[in-house]
Amino acid sequence: MSLLADLPAPTAPPRQEIRQPSRKPFLPWLLLSATMVILGVLTGYPVLRLVVMSFQEYERAQLMGLPAEWVGFDNYATVLTDVEGFWAVLGRSFALMVVLVVTTMVLGMLVALLMIRIGKGMRLLVSVGLLLAWAMPSLAATTVWGWVFDTQYGVVNNVLTAITGDRWFGNSWLLNPWSFFLILTCIIVWGAVPFVAFTLYAGLTQIPEEVMEAAQLDGASAFQRFRLIQVPYVRSIITVLVILSMIWDLKVFTQVFVLQDIGGDRELTNTIGVYIYQTGMAQGHYGLASAIGVIFVVVMLAISYPYVRRTLREEEL
Amino acid sequence: MIKIRRRLADTGFGVLALIVFAFSAFPVYWMVSTSFLPNSRIRGEDLAFFPTPDLFTLDNYRAAMFGEARAPFPPAVLNSIGVTFLTLVIALVVGFVASLALTRFQFKGRRTFIVLILVVQMIPGEAMIVSMFRIIDGWQLLNTIIGLTLVYTAGVLPFTIWTLRGFVNGVPKELEEAAMIDGCSRAGAFWRVTFPLLAPGLVATGVFAFIQAWNEFVTALVIMQRPEAMTLPLWLRTFLQATQATNWGAVMAASVLIAIPAVVFFLIVQGRMTGGLVSGAVKG
Repeated sequence: MSLLADLPAPTAPPRQEIRQPSRKPFLPWLLLSATMVILGVLTGYPVLRLVVMSFQEYERAQLMGLPAEWVGFDNYATVLTDVEGFWAVLGRSFALMVVLVVTTMVLGMLVALLMIRIGKGMRLLVSVGLLLAWAMPSLAATTVWGWVFDTQYGVVNNVLTAITGDRWFGNSWLLNPWSFFLILTCIIVWGAVPFVAFTLYAGLTQIPEEVMEAAQLDGASAFQRFRLIQVPYVRSIITVLVILSMIWDLKVFTQVFVLQDIGGDRELTNTIGVYIYQTGMAQGHYGLASAIGVIFVVVMLAISYPYVRRTLREEEL
Repeated sequence: MIKIRRRLADTGFGVLALIVFAFSAFPVYWMVSTSFLPNSRIRGEDLAFFPTPDLFTLDNYRAAMFGEARAPFPPAVLNSIGVTFLTLVIALVVGFVASLALTRFQFKGRRTFIVLILVVQMIPGEAMIVSMFRIIDGWQLLNTIIGLTLVYTAGVLPFTIWTLRGFVNGVPKELEEAAMIDGCSRAGAFWRVTFPLLAPGLVATGVFAFIQAWNEFVTALVIMQRPEAMTLPLWLRTFLQATQATNWGAVMAASVLIAIPAVVFFLIVQGRMTGGLVSGAVKG
């Protein structure tokens, strides 16, 4: 029925066992105490502090020791009425996320299907390439792609000059927001496809061979087999991958931030994470940045809700 | 006829596979290749595509490590190793103990705790930078390894617990119970039977904690602002902020230096990670 078939099925523990630990009910909590302290002090408290700061006037002066004044929902009002700042950034982040998720999923599925179709040797070759891309730290990946698209001597301008005969040297790819996001999409999709492709490949290989063969004998075309057998089989994997990709792609920071360093227009290319950094750390509006942070946390928790629920169900908790 | 079509299709898919390989591997190749080329063949219109023996040079590595940079290399390496090592050890020890509590005991609040661990992972660190900065500043721990380690530990701990929990669950409790029937104490049965079976899981989880801490950028950017306190990712970034033209040879050499440990360790353990998601998600 499932991949776990060869493992012992999770069963409800027998009754005595439930009673057994009650002799030492403090022991599990003792084992959890270090975790509770760390998460309480370094996750719980920062969240609390974030919420508190979002209701305060907190600027550079407060950093120097001036008491922070309570301003109610002022920070939220400022943020939520800032059409050109906050809403533009939020819209941009979501648009980018949709493009990234769709591109990653489509390419990942195509690569997974390709890996099933090709021979062992070729599959190994593809796997090696994918693993290299997957393993690259996002920062190193960004610098390499920045170099590939460099204005002066980048290999892309070089090759384009050789192919088209026009002079591409000096063509800045990062200054224009559209080509900035094109390169950003390349970097992120390049790094994200391997995980999606490997996971889908692993899922697709679980489909019993007889099912596919029977469909073929009945005259189903390759596309029909894909749509009517393969997709339904891996539907739950696809759902999980889409949610995880949405989360990762909305949080993207390093790639945007470093590409801006190399030569992008910060104003026109900020995504939500970078915007929080710019508002808070660079401009010193800590209160405003906290309000944006709180909104961001709420959005992310809402998006991950279905994932959390389904994980809990699958783990039979 | 069918045979020929099949042949043609095979060739077509073979070509596609080569394209996928080339596209995925090229940036990595380009990084390594550029890092060994002399500046004259990097910044010029006649670009060299391969560091042939007559071109091969280590100048870029020398420039990256010992050249004049805004942030010095040796402290950056030590900071990165220090933070990563401490994070790894603390997260593994604390996470392991917690995963035992969550798998081998039934107690009130267990489910709530697991839900909490899962939810905490969904809080984006990028949203928290402002309050994290204020808190670490308040504790006088800005620009210290301890300060960054604290934040990283809290960051990787939920993931560590979650993964280890899966590994511990994978070792059947019956094994322990059998050892207990044979006269082992509960702790003895655990140390002699279960723990050795968990070693690979501990290594895999540790490596992932290592990679996360090694590559982390945002928090380090906020907490380690002084040049001598920077970790390797921040050190690499200083090359890109230079006012004069970017020295791409040095940047690529620096990128290789940062990528090597992450890539090597990743390749060692990656198989365990995809497996997890699939076995949890496929229901035939």
